[in-house]
Amino acid sequence: MNMGQDQNPVLRVSNLEVTYYTDSGRAKALDDVSFTLNAGEKLGMVGESGSGKSTLALAMMRMIKPPGRIEGGRVEIGGVDLMSLSEEDMRQARLSKIAYIPQGAMNSLNPVTRIGAQLVDAIRSHGIKDSRAQVEERCVNALKSVDLDPAVFRMYPHELSGGMKQRVCIAIGILLQPSVIIADEPTSALDVVTQRQVMETIDRVKDQINAAVILIGHDMGLMAQFVDRVAVMYSGRLVEVSTVREMFTKPVHPYAAALISSLPNLENKGVFQGIPGLAPSLLRLPGGCSFHPRCAKVMDICKTTRPTTRMVQGNRLVTCHLYNEEA
Amino acid sequence: MLRLVIRRLLFLALVIWSASTIVFFIPRMSETNAIRERFAELARTGGFSPTDLEKIIESYTKQFGLDRPLWDQYQDYIVSIFKLDFGFSLNRYPMTVTDVIMQAIPWTLSLLLVTTIISFLIGNLLGALSAWPKAPGWVRAFATPFVLLTGVPPVIMGVLLLFFLGFRMKLLPLGGSYSIGVVPDGSWTFMLDVLKHQVLPALSLILGSVGGWVLSMRGMGITIQGEDYVNFAEHKGLGAGAIFRDYYLRNTLLPQATALALALGTVVTSAIVVEGLFGLPGIGQALNNAIRSNDFPVIYGIVLFITGAVATLMVLMEFVYPLLDPRIRNE
Ligand SMILES: Nc1ncnc2c1ncn2[C@@H]1O[C@H](COP(=O)(O)OP(=O)(O)OP(=O)(O)O)[C@@H](O)[C@H]1O
Ligand code: SF4
Ligand SMILES: [Mg+2]
Repeated sequence: MNMGQDQNPVLRVSNLEVTYYTDSGRAKALDDVSFTLNAGEKLGMVGESGSGKSTLALAMMRMIKPPGRIEGGRVEIGGVDLMSLSEEDMRQARLSKIAYIPQGAMNSLNPVTRIGAQLVDAIRSHGIKDSRAQVEERCVNALKSVDLDPAVFRMYPHELSGGMKQRVCIAIGILLQPSVIIADEPTSALDVVTQRQVMETIDRVKDQINAAVILIGHDMGLMAQFVDRVAVMYSGRLVEVSTVREMFTKPVHPYAAALISSLPNLENKGVFQGIPGLAPSLLRLPGGCSFHPRCAKVMDICKTTRPTTRMVQGNRLVTCHLYNEEA
Repeated sequence: MLRLVIRRLLFLALVIWSASTIVFFIPRMSETNAIRERFAELARTGGFSPTDLEKIIESYTKQFGLDRPLWDQYQDYIVSIFKLDFGFSLNRYPMTVTDVIMQAIPWTLSLLLVTTIISFLIGNLLGALSAWPKAPGWVRAFATPFVLLTGVPPVIMGVLLLFFLGFRMKLLPLGGSYSIGVVPDGSWTFMLDVLKHQVLPALSLILGSVGGWVLSMRGMGITIQGEDYVNFAEHKGLGAGAIFRDYYLRNTLLPQATALALALGTVVTSAIVVEGLFGLPGIGQALNNAIRSNDFPVIYGIVLFITGAVATLMVLMEFVYPLLDPRIRNE
C-alpha cells in the first residue's frame, strides 16, 4: 500500500498506535496513523486539543512515557525503522535524524546554564569529537541562522525574550541537520509579529538543510500560509491529509470540511461558527467512525464499522466510509 | 554589589552586637562567683584560712576588674570583641579564653564538618535518585530507613546508639575522646582509637538528618522531572547521566544550599548537645563547664565565636547563591 505521493519519502509512518493506560481506563491516543513526508516538505498537523498531535510527535521520537505505550507501528526515516533501534541508537537518532521542538519552548531551556552550554551538550552527546572552537563555531552558526546574535551563546535563558527562546530551541533542533523536524505549536505563546518571524525562520532553515518539517498547531490560517500539506487529526486518527489548496477549497473528510467552514472569512464576517457537538473522550469513543455523532453525512455503516485510511484523488489520504468505492 | 556587601556586613555587625550584649548581661545575673568557686574548692582541699580566702578573692576580683561598674566592664567587653581577645579564663586561669577555644575547636569542627557533609551528600543523592525514574530500585529501599528516622533529635539518637551499639553490643566506646591507657602520641593506634570514639557521636548527628535532605530533594526532584527543560534535554538525545547531572541536580543546588545555610544554626546546637552526651572535649563541653562555674569570659568567647562563625557562614552563602543560580545575579 503506497501512502504518499512519492515512492521514496524521507519519512514513512505506518500504523502507529499509542495507548495511555489511565486509572479510568485505556485511552487510545493514536489509532492506526500512517502518512509519508518528502525531504523539504512541510506538513501542518491540526486538530482539536486532545486529538493526539503531541502524542504523535512524541511517539515518533519514541518518547511516550508511562502510562502511555507505543503498541505498534513503524516510523521509518531514510528506510530505517526507529522502532527497531536499541535504546542507545534511538538516543543518537534524536536530534541527528529527527528533532522535536517542544510545545512549551518558554520553559524548555535549563534556567541555570548558559545557552551555549545547552547547544554544546547536544552536539557532544552525539559522539562528535570536534575541537571546542569548532563546536562553538557550529553553535554560533546555528544561532545566526535563526537570526540570533552570537552573543546569545553566552547568555542565560532569563535574559532572552519568548521569541528568542523559541529561536534558540529551533537552533538546537537544526544543530545536527536532522532529516525530520517536528515543531509542536512553535508560535502559540508568541505575539502575531513574532509568530510570523518564527515561522519564516523555520521555513528558511528547513531549506538550508532540506529537512521535512511537521508543524503542529491550532491555527489553520497561519498554517495555510506556511505549509505544503495539511493533516487533520480527530480523536487519535488521521482523518485527512491533503495539500493546502485541496484542503481549503475542497476538503474530502466531513470533519475537515467542518473545520474549514468554521474558519472566519469575509463572507461570514469573521464569525467563528464552530462544529456542533463535543469532541469525544478517548475513554468512551463512539463505535464505528468516532466522528459519527457529529457528522453531517453520517450513514448506517459509520455507526458499526471503523473506516480505514485510503488514498483518493491521486495522493490525498482520507479515513471515511464515503470514499470506500474510490479505493 | 558593593552596596550589598556593605548591607550584609552591617547586618553581620548588628547580629553580633545584639547577641554579645545579651550574652554579656546574662552571666552577671547569676549569684555564682567563678573566683569564689575556684578558691573555695582550693580552700577545702588545700587548707588556707577563710580570711585568706576572702583576701585572695578580693585581689583576683580587682585584678580581673570585676569590682568596677558594670557599664565600664561592658565597654571593656565591647573593646575585647573587636580585639578578639577575652583575656583569661576565671576558672582555668592561667589559660586564656582563646586557649580554651582553640583546644576545643578541632573536636567540634571535625565532628560538625564531617557529619554535615556526610548527611548532606548522602541525603541529597538518595533523594535525587529516589525521585529519578531510571534509578535502580534498591535506592528507594535504602532511603526509607533514613526517612523514617527523620526528626529524631540527635540526643535521643545518641542515647539509643549508646545503649545498643555501645552498652549492649559493646561495639564502640561509650564516651570520651580516647581510651584510658592509650598514649595520645599521634600514632596510628591512637588515631584509630580517637576515630572509634567519634563514630557514635557522628552517627547520632547523621542518622536523624539524612532523611530531611532525602525528603526535600525527592520532592524537588519530582517537580524538576516534569519540567519542560528536562524533557527537552531528552529530546536533544542527551544520555541519562548528563541529564541527571546538568539539568536535574544542577537545578536543585540553589534551594538545597539555602536549606543548608538555614540548617547551620541547628546543626551547631545539636553538635554541642551531642558532645555533652558523649563527653567529647569540644566547644560544647567547654561551654558547659564555663556555664557551671559561671566563667563568663569563656562564656562570652564561646558564644560570640559561634554566633560569629554561623553569621559569617550565612553571609558567605549569600554570595555563593549567585554562582549557583544566574537568575539572582542581576539583583
Ligand atoms: N500522560 C498521559 N496520561 C494519560 N493520558 C494522556 C497523557 N498524555 C496525553 N494523554 C491523552 O492523550 C490524548 C492526546 O493528547 P495530546 O497531548 O497528544 O493532544 P494534542 O493534540 O497535542 O492536544 P493539544 O492541542 O492540547 O496540545 C488526550 O486525550 C490526552 O488526554
Ligand atoms: S465515516 Fe461516516 S461518520 Fe465518519 S466521517 Fe465519514 S461519513 Fe462521517
Ligand atoms: Mg499538544
